[in-house]
Amino acid sequence: MSEPAAEIAHQFVDAGQQRDAATFGMWIFLCTEVLLFGALFLGYTVYRLQNPETFDEAAAHTLIVAGSINTAILLVSSFCVAVAVHLAEQGERLRVTLLLCTAALLGALFLAVKAYEYHLKIQEGLFPGQAFHFSGPHSQGVEMFFVLYFTMTGLHALHVAVGVAVLTGYGVAVLLAQRPARLATAVDLAGLYWHFVDIVWVFLFPLFYLVGRAP
Amino acid sequence: MNPVLSQTPLQPAASKPDYLRAAQTLGSWLLTTDHKRIGILYMISITLLFFIGGVAAALLRLELTTPAGDLLASATYNKLFTMHGVIMVWFFLIPSVPTVLGNFLLPLMIGARDVAFPRLNLASWYIFMFGAFFAVFAIVAGGVDTGWTFYTPYSSTYANGAVIAMAAGVFITGFSSIATGLNFIVTIHKMRAPGLTWFRLPLFIWTLYTTSLILVLATPVLAITLFLMALERIFGVGIFDPALGGDPILFQHLFWFYSHPAVYIMILPGMGVVSEIIACFARKRIFGYRFVAYASIAIAVLGFLVWGHHMFVSGQSVYAGAVFSLLSFLVAVPSAIKVFNWTATLYKGSISFDTPMLYALGFIGLFTVGGLTGLFLASLAVDVHLTDTYFVIAHFHYVMVGGMVMAYLGGLHFWWPKITGRLYPEFPARISAIAIFAGFNLTFFPQFILGMLGMPRRYHAYADEFQVLNVLSSAGASILAVGYILPLAYMLWSLRYGKPAPPNPWRATGLEWTTPSPPPTDNFAIIPTVNEAPYAYETQDQPSRDYV
Amino acid sequence: MTSTQRNALALALLMMLLGVTLGAAYLDLGVLHTPAAMLIGLVKAVLIVLIFMRLRPSGPLVMLAFAAGLFWLLIMFTLTLGDYFTRA
Repeated sequence: MSEPAAEIAHQFVDAGQQRDAATFGMWIFLCTEVLLFGALFLGYTVYRLQNPETFDEAAAHTLIVAGSINTAILLVSSFCVAVAVHLAEQGERLRVTLLLCTAALLGALFLAVKAYEYHLKIQEGLFPGQAFHFSGPHSQGVEMFFVLYFTMTGLHALHVAVGVAVLTGYGVAVLLAQRPARLATAVDLAGLYWHFVDIVWVFLFPLFYLVGRAP
Repeated sequence: MNPVLSQTPLQPAASKPDYLRAAQTLGSWLLTTDHKRIGILYMISITLLFFIGGVAAALLRLELTTPAGDLLASATYNKLFTMHGVIMVWFFLIPSVPTVLGNFLLPLMIGARDVAFPRLNLASWYIFMFGAFFAVFAIVAGGVDTGWTFYTPYSSTYANGAVIAMAAGVFITGFSSIATGLNFIVTIHKMRAPGLTWFRLPLFIWTLYTTSLILVLATPVLAITLFLMALERIFGVGIFDPALGGDPILFQHLFWFYSHPAVYIMILPGMGVVSEIIACFARKRIFGYRFVAYASIAIAVLGFLVWGHHMFVSGQSVYAGAVFSLLSFLVAVPSAIKVFNWTATLYKGSISFDTPMLYALGFIGLFTVGGLTGLFLASLAVDVHLTDTYFVIAHFHYVMVGGMVMAYLGGLHFWWPKITGRLYPEFPARISAIAIFAGFNLTFFPQFILGMLGMPRRYHAYADEFQVLNVLSSAGASILAVGYILPLAYMLWSLRYGKPAPPNPWRATGLEWTTPSPPPTDNFAIIPTVNEAPYAYETQDQPSRDYV
Repeated sequence: MTSTQRNALALALLMMLLGVTLGAAYLDLGVLHTPAAMLIGLVKAVLIVLIFMRLRPSGPLVMLAFAAGLFWLLIMFTLTLGDYFTRA
């Protein structure tokens, strides 16, 4: 039997209303994120339709191994968070903290891999703008690909970083809380955000890493 | 005076001080989570910003009294109309009714103690102010001359000036919008008082709800668009620059995907205010309540399908243009439905012409003109000639100023007693309303004619034959300016010297009128239960009469 | 099955799909590459939404909100690409 719910804020009638409102609010926020990233995906679609072969050529310069490892990392971290949420609702403490911190660590690992990838791309002269140089006839299209690559994976990485901070924060909070069950809704909300970040990557991965790989 | 015999009783007299007197330190205001105080914070902020945008307009109209560009250099003129547009759209109109009247009234109207997320509400104000700071900084740092539409590649490649600062200001403020919209959606869904079903809600709440849907779905796209434009500017990349393989029309698609629904963000809450005022001052329930409610949803949804009508001459495909044109005709229908329903409400109503009603009636007339002229612009072939002329300017000022600003002022007057506990002085208020109506028409009607005659917009000089109409327009603007300053004066006056207001000076229906004026911090001593339809004016005023 | 078992099953499926999408990238699918990859991505996303995010137990309102977000994305894509596909 789970422990008593979180304190009820003065504007709410009962704990159920508070929890429902919080969950609904987070889903609405995620819808705004769908449109935020969606606009970038639209840009990608437009430019990919206009430069199909060039995008294939450019994508060959992404590191498929790094991208695949990153995909696996996020999937596992999402699993950790999903289990943590369930356990938090049961009032657990230590396992929730461990799972949340593991997920955060995996997120940090994701960022490290990403940073390494960026470093390599910059060294190869593929960072758009002044520093860009690509020897080949389609350098404009390749640069466009990398504008989208850095913008979209960069914005995603920013979201991952925020997620890592939030998961770590809640991991610690659950450890130190008097009644961990009171944080169950907050952990659930953080989990929803993290899963969303995972979903965005699920779509980024094929678009940037898997195009143009066929012989 | 007939007592209000609504089934929802007045709240018992407050034992605690009202929300204004509860705590009076600066800290208690700057750290408040009370939706009513946050509404006041927004009111002060947007009033300041309105006058900044108004000064820009005054200078523009001053320049345009003569055909030659003799008062301002063209670059300065360009900066002024950009500043006017940016401030009026994002820092005045979009917040206006939702963040001031919406914040104050939403919980009161649904019988709640606050919005769902009060701290998020306070954060939204700080985010708004942070964005406003960037915008003002951009003005002071030399200004921006791209127009409020920031079209690329000019904004991203060629423009000099504080483009990034201005874009940052708008970007940041967008998150304030999203936070407000999110808060309102959750509040309306989850926190209505017992018995308050969707179809017992005041229509103002319906419009706040549908506005919030737009806020939440459209604003993120604006954020990304401005972000991409800024990236292009900072890194010299070619996202929207054709010379580098980009497509400037993509910018326009993304920009208008937000900015067209944005105009419905600007008008829907005003329509909600008008519904409340019309019902009260015609002493009748709104005719066709469900039609008006559904029309709000229709406007919000259809409003997302028409953005290409801003791009008819941009190089967009003709077929897309035709589709957008057709859809634009469609979106006019729910607005027209509302106008018909308001008119039907007035028919055989017991009408009184207090100031809020003057504004509401003005809204109906001016919004109708603005809306109908929108159809001219929605016709692809006609738009080819009218686009980028003063016709467009007149059209949107009729809906946004003749419509929305008047609705905002009407709502401010209507709920002023509730918000402040004071009655504003009725005589100067009516004079101002009439001055605004007259000044507005004198300012903007000539602009329809100027547009038809071919005067282009965003030019600081014009052909001699346009002067007479321009002078009329500028004269109107000076009357309008006086009309806007007067309410500032007498409403401030009323805070000190106005008569104390009873709970329900207008004998209006609605839960907010059951509370004291001003309400206590937690709104209701006893959360009411609602078991009547809204706008029960007829049964209320003459309970003994049999209704067929 | 317990919640943890369900989540573990989802993870297994997701990893399997990762393998599939990787493999498919090296096959000669021609123009079907992107649709195939997007379809696999969609299945993965559906798994995450339904199982990890517990969409259905969250109630009809949340499902409606989520559907609305996707629908609006669809509007943005359809009408914009409609322009690009019909240009001369």
